[in-house]
Amino acid sequence: MPADAAVAVSSGPRYTGAIITDKIAGLVLARPMHWGFAVGLAVASALTILLLVAISYLFAKGVGIWGLNQPVAWAFAITNFVWWVGIGHAGTFISAFLLLLRQHWRTSINRFAEAMTIFAVAMAGMMPILHLGRPWFFYWLIPYPDVMNVWPQWRSPLIWDIFAIGTYIVVSVLFWYMGLLPDLATLRDRARTRGRQIVYGLLALGWRGEARQWHRYDTAYLLMAGLATPLVISVHSVVSLDFAFGLVPGWHSTIFPPYFVAGALYSGFAMALVLAVPMRAAFRLEEFITRDHLARMGTLMLVTGLLVTYSYLVEAFTAFYSADRFEIAVIADRYSGVYAPLTWSVVLCNVVVPQALWSSRIRHRPIALFVVGLVVLVGMWLERFVIIVQSLAHDFLPSSWHLYAPTFWDLATLAGSIGAFALLFLLFLRFLPAISMAELRKEAQSEPLGAS
Amino acid sequence: MKTAQPYALLAEFANPDTLLDAARNCAARYRDVDAYAPYAVDGLAEALGFRRNRVALFTLIGGIAGGAGIYFLQWYSAVIDYPINAGGRPLNSWPVFVPPTFEITILGAALACFIGMLVLNGLPRLHHPIFNAADFDLASRNRFFLSIRATDPAFDPERTRTDLEALQPLRIIEVPA
Repeated sequence: MPADAAVAVSSGPRYTGAIITDKIAGLVLARPMHWGFAVGLAVASALTILLLVAISYLFAKGVGIWGLNQPVAWAFAITNFVWWVGIGHAGTFISAFLLLLRQHWRTSINRFAEAMTIFAVAMAGMMPILHLGRPWFFYWLIPYPDVMNVWPQWRSPLIWDIFAIGTYIVVSVLFWYMGLLPDLATLRDRARTRGRQIVYGLLALGWRGEARQWHRYDTAYLLMAGLATPLVISVHSVVSLDFAFGLVPGWHSTIFPPYFVAGALYSGFAMALVLAVPMRAAFRLEEFITRDHLARMGTLMLVTGLLVTYSYLVEAFTAFYSADRFEIAVIADRYSGVYAPLTWSVVLCNVVVPQALWSSRIRHRPIALFVVGLVVLVGMWLERFVIIVQSLAHDFLPSSWHLYAPTFWDLATLAGSIGAFALLFLLFLRFLPAISMAELRKEAQSEPLGAS
Repeated sequence: MKTAQPYALLAEFANPDTLLDAARNCAARYRDVDAYAPYAVDGLAEALGFRRNRVALFTLIGGIAGGAGIYFLQWYSAVIDYPINAGGRPLNSWPVFVPPTFEITILGAALACFIGMLVLNGLPRLHHPIFNAADFDLASRNRFFLSIRATDPAFDPERTRTDLEALQPLRIIEVPA
């Protein structure tokens, strides 16, 4: 029997379509156990229960259980929303934008990054609804023929948000599912139990891998990438307009859309690294997700980090250049007032620590990337918190200034959403292939990828 | 044992280049030729004479329909059904209608792209005679297949088998009807 054509996958050993398929499908069909996975599942499940408790108590008592006050009516829920949407952005960027740029190394990381996007956006979408005083009326934001003859306010960014986030979650799921189709067919064909054959068979929609099917599929996939790329830029721009359209000093700024998009990608690459490093170690995926792949994500994190740094500088400069005394007062308070320790933590986490990524040795050390990723995630959450809460707490009239401090339920919601996100991701690793087998087969056949 | 008219004859190949050669060879002599591969092999569909890929057209129509629909909805609600004069500003305030229009254009295009791809590909179709072929599950792993269907006017069980054998496949599989 002739041997399969084999070409090196990245700098690793030589791989064939058969080895790629058996290894990655085996993660789902054989389900190797790892102690780290079990511990992660236990912690994530416990935190998810905490989230359910926090939500139940919130629905029973109302948003008064949180630390909200006047003027700080937006705090943890909105911070979590902005943070989670941003984390989702890197997944779309990796899968769509890098595809358009023909960055073949993305093949090893796009599937799990897309899953990260979907779960992050799910967490994000939940937050504004929890924040509504009467969450059971959230559908009033959607234009539908209602008996009250009332339409949504089209001129409000909050309505744009519904369209942006709604479109984003639908398009992300479609893009992810389309990418999964051939791999689901592989699982259908490799499954040995009746139940799995039926479930994966139904999900694969009868994919046969016929040449004409592949041709239309390729066209559709490329078009989806072309649609998702401007979409991802628009989503966090619209999110930023929720703030920039307001007159609150510290929010009312034209730099917000690019500033928020850069921050979104920054936190997203950080999360992708935080997920990838333990995943490749626990499931022995080092041959597919190589140190080169991680290093390139580290480079992207550094670049977006520098954009964010630039935004911090411009934000402060514009406040003084505008000569608007309220803007100046907010920026001065941000860096020297009550919330200053948080602001300087943001500078430490998002500006100082990531400079380590200039070093190629650090970029090629997974554990270092993991730590920097965690630091950046903390920094980005704090950044969103400072922008939202500190600006509100220090608005025009000193008589209305009021500080904000979180309650237990604020913290429980944040911790719970992280747990629920982790739980969804761990279950994804169990039930769906974490790396695109079909794309990796093609890469293995045609050219060595990630040669650098 | 052997039925008079099978669904198709299937030839198995080990790599995409031999499949491409075989596809070109057979497409010149047969009409109902299909090729199956574990990933998108460049040029394979073209080798089988595939020309009209209408996925992009579907996507364009979906995008235009989505964008025009949501703009109309905003215009209708703000100008006709629920006009509010805010400081004499125009009712048809198009700049602020742009964000929803942009988003729903993308949504319409993406939905049409996905659904169009499935419909044009004849999916979902959970069962297909080709799945009855022995070891066809390798088509989603590492093997490449070429089939000539019995519906082809030039199909003859013996002669077609000889034609396929001339292409030196790993083996030839008869797909039961």
